Amino acid sequence: MTADSRLVTAGRRRKGGFFGRDGGVAYIFLAPWLIGLVGITLGPLVASLILSFTHYDLFNNPTWFGLGNYHQLLVDPNFLQSLDLTFTYVIVTIPSILVLSLALAIVLDRGMRGLGLYRALFYLPSLLGGSVAIAVLWRQVFGANGMLNQILLLVNIHGPSWIGQPSTAMYTLVLLNVWQFGATMIIFLAGLRQIPKALYEAAEVDGATRLRRFWHVTVPMLTPVIFFNAVLGLIRGFQVFTSAYVVSGGSGGPAGSTLLYALYLYQQGFTDYNMGYAAVLAWVLLVLVAALTGLMFLSAKLWVFYGDQ
Amino acid sequence: MIGHDEISGVFPRPRGQTGVGTRRILSSAFRHLLLIALLVVMLYPLIWMLSASFEPPTQIFINPGLLPMSWTLANYQKGWYPLQDLPFSRIFANSLIIAGLAVIGNVASCTMAAYAFARLQFRFRGILFAIMLGTIMLPYQVLIIPQYILYLNFQWLNTYFPLTVPRFLAVDSFFIFLMVQFIRGIPRELDEAAIMDGCGHRQVFLQIIAPLAVPAMATTAVFTFINSWNDFLGPLLYLTKPSMYTVSLGLNLFIDSSETSQWGPLFAMSILTLVPILLIFLPFQELLTEGIATTGIK
Repeated sequence: MTADSRLVTAGRRRKGGFFGRDGGVAYIFLAPWLIGLVGITLGPLVASLILSFTHYDLFNNPTWFGLGNYHQLLVDPNFLQSLDLTFTYVIVTIPSILVLSLALAIVLDRGMRGLGLYRALFYLPSLLGGSVAIAVLWRQVFGANGMLNQILLLVNIHGPSWIGQPSTAMYTLVLLNVWQFGATMIIFLAGLRQIPKALYEAAEVDGATRLRRFWHVTVPMLTPVIFFNAVLGLIRGFQVFTSAYVVSGGSGGPAGSTLLYALYLYQQGFTDYNMGYAAVLAWVLLVLVAALTGLMFLSAKLWVFYGDQ
Repeated sequence: MIGHDEISGVFPRPRGQTGVGTRRILSSAFRHLLLIALLVVMLYPLIWMLSASFEPPTQIFINPGLLPMSWTLANYQKGWYPLQDLPFSRIFANSLIIAGLAVIGNVASCTMAAYAFARLQFRFRGILFAIMLGTIMLPYQVLIIPQYILYLNFQWLNTYFPLTVPRFLAVDSFFIFLMVQFIRGIPRELDEAAIMDGCGHRQVFLQIIAPLAVPAMATTAVFTFINSWNDFLGPLLYLTKPSMYTVSLGLNLFIDSSETSQWGPLFAMSILTLVPILLIFLPFQELLTEGIATTGIK
C-alpha cells in the first residue's frame, strides 16, 4: 500500500479502441460499481437537489415549492440551533482528539515494551464506540443515578443528570467521540515512524532541547498527518447520528441540546416527513462540509509541511 | 481525562540516547503507570457494564464497583426476549445474514473495480477515478432521502435488500481506494508475465491479483462487517418489522420502554452484541492497525 508504487502504472500505454486498450474488459470489472454510482449515488444526489425545491410528504405526489424550503431555512430556529451545536461539537472534539492522540502516540513511540497490547487496548473504544451498545452505556453512565454519579457519591458529591441537563448533555456526546481517539492515535504512530532519525540527531548536535526538538522537528514533520486527521474529523463530525439519537432517545433533547445536524435532518425527513425540507438540510450540509474542507486545503498551504518543498 | 502537566513530561527523546540507567528505568515505569492509569479510566465503563450485566437490576444503580455484589444470570434470560415472540437468536441471525452478505458484496465488487483502476488502461479512467474519490467524501445524508424513496418503490422495506444490495455495487468507494492502493503495490511483472503466457484479465485477476490482495480484502471484510454490525440508521429506516430487527434495533427496543428494570437485560444483550466485534478483531489485530495507519479508516 505504498504511495510510490503508483508511479509504476504510468508510462506504458498502447492505443486501443474507443474505450482504450483494455476498454471492454475494464468496463466489465467496473460494471457493479458503475451501476451503483449511477443508480444509488449520483442519481439520488441529483434527486435530492430536485426534491429540495418541492413539498413532499412521501404519501402524496411532490408539488413544486420553488425556493420555499430555502426561505424556511433562514427563519427556522431549530436549524440554526442544530448548526450552532454541531459546530461547537466539531470544534471541541477535533482538537481534543488531536492533542490526546498525538500525546499518546508520542509516549508509545519510544520503543515501549507491550506496544502492541497498548495499541490494541487504546484502539478498543474506536472499535466498539459506533455501536448502540456503547451509546446506551453512555446513557446510563451519565444519567442521574448513573455510574459516574455513584462514584462521585463516594466522595460525597451529588452529581446532576449529565444527559438530563442542557448545559452538559452535548458534552457527554463530545466525550463519547473523544473516547474513540485510538484510531487517530494509530495514524499518528505510523506518522512518527516516518520521521527520519537523522533530523533528531542533527537537532541534538545543534544543542536543541527536548521541547525544541518537539516543536521544530516532530510537529512540522507531522503536519501532513495532523491535517489528514483534522479533515477526517471534520467530515465525520458533521455526520454523527447514532450517539445523539440513542442518548437522547431520538428527541435531540433536553431542550434541543443534543440535536446534532444529522439527527435534526432525520427528524425532518423521517419523523415529520418533510422530505423537501430534509433534502435542503442535506444539501446545505454537503455544501458546508465541502466549503470547510476546501478552506482547510487552502489553509494547508500555510501550515502543512511537505518534506521536499 | 488526563491532566496537561502529565502530558508535558513525555516529549520525544531521540531514540538511542543513553540516559543514566536508573533514570531511564524510572521514566519507563512512570510511562507505564501513566498509560495504565489512562486505560483504567477509559475502559472502566466497559468492564463495569460487564459486571453490571451479572447483577440484579437494583444493584446497577448503587454499585459503581467492578464486581457484582451478588451474581445472577437473570438479565441474560430476560434480555434474550426483548419482545414476547422475538428471541435475540433471531436478531443475531438477521445481523449475521446482513453483515455476511455485505462483506461478500463489498469485497467482491470493490476488488473488481480496484483491479480495473489499478491495472487496466481505458478511456475516462482519470475522470472516473476522480469521481470515485469524490464520492468517498459525500455525506450519506444527501443520499438517504432519494434512496429511501427508491427502496420504498421497489417494495424493499422490511427485507435484507436495502442493507445488502448496495454493497454488491461497491457504493462504499472508500474500500475501492484502499484496494487500488494495495494492488498498485503488487509487482506488475507478475501479471505481465501471465499475460505474455496468454492469460486473460479474468485469469490474471482471479489467479494472481486476488490471491495477493488477500490482506487488503481481509481489512475490507473486517471493517465492512463491523460497520454493518454497528449500523443503526440503515436498519432504523428500512426495518420496521420486529422479526427483521438487527442488533442495533434490538437494543433500541429496551430504551423505548425506559423502565429502570430494563437496564439489566439491556446491559446483558449489549455485552452479547459486542462479542462478535471483538472475536472478529482479535485475530486480525495487526492487519487492521496497519490498515488504519495507511488509510485513516476507523
